[in-house]
Amino acid sequence: MSIYDFIFYLFAAITLLSGLMVVSSGNIVRSAFYLLATLFGISGLYVLLGADFVAVTQIMVYIGGILILLLFGVMLTSDITRVEIKKGKTAVLPAIVGVGVLLGSITSILLKTNWQIELSKIPQTTTYDLGKLLITDYVLIFELLGILLLIALIGAASMARRDQE
Amino acid sequence: MFEVGLTHYLIVSSFLFAFGIYAIVIRKNAILVLMGVELILNAANINFVAFSRYGNFGLNGQLMALFVIVLAAAEAAIALAIVLNIYKTFGHVNVDEIDKLKE
Repeated sequence: MSIYDFIFYLFAAITLLSGLMVVSSGNIVRSAFYLLATLFGISGLYVLLGADFVAVTQIMVYIGGILILLLFGVMLTSDITRVEIKKGKTAVLPAIVGVGVLLGSITSILLKTNWQIELSKIPQTTTYDLGKLLITDYVLIFELLGILLLIALIGAASMARRDQE
Repeated sequence: MFEVGLTHYLIVSSFLFAFGIYAIVIRKNAILVLMGVELILNAANINFVAFSRYGNFGLNGQLMALFVIVLAAAEAAIALAIVLNIYKTFGHVNVDEIDKLKE
């Protein structure tokens, strides 16, 4: 087992264990902090796959942006001294069975598939080539995403404080 | 078996996907449902980057992952604005008790 495999199993364990805690923890703030560990582990997996720019973007956008936004949502919508979550007791067993069947079928399909593996040559740093692709092949999607993000943020701001005028 | 390859990443991503679905099905708090959606988007992203590495697609898969991250940011902002409005109207954010579109 090489050092690469060892680091992969480490990050995969961090990701999956904290991911399990996100969905099973009874405290909403604790779920948010376990989500931080999950996102961090996923960013480690990106580094192992040679995607350094995606990994850094994951940390900056997900952990620095989306997670903070979710924590603000938690603080604004629940009594912070009493953050226990109402649990649906009746639906737990059918949900576990359904998700188990789904997971089993996905896993068996991807274990049975004969993947044609051809390692791609990922350059030492991907930032230069990603930037070049963004302004050549993907320039239309890039501009549309910028406009979409602007519209979404304006819409979110105007929706969140609609009744104050 | 222990040699890490494409399937290992795909299995990690399918487990994350299952966790996300489970959170969406089981949780009553709208913020926790949003966390489930984030888990699912991350599972898709792992697949994009893994196929980009093992399938000789160059950097196209990584670029798709970046686009998904941008869409996730927009989705989180909009969804939280909606959740705040629900809280103002109903006084709670339990998704199973919200059955009116207006007061």
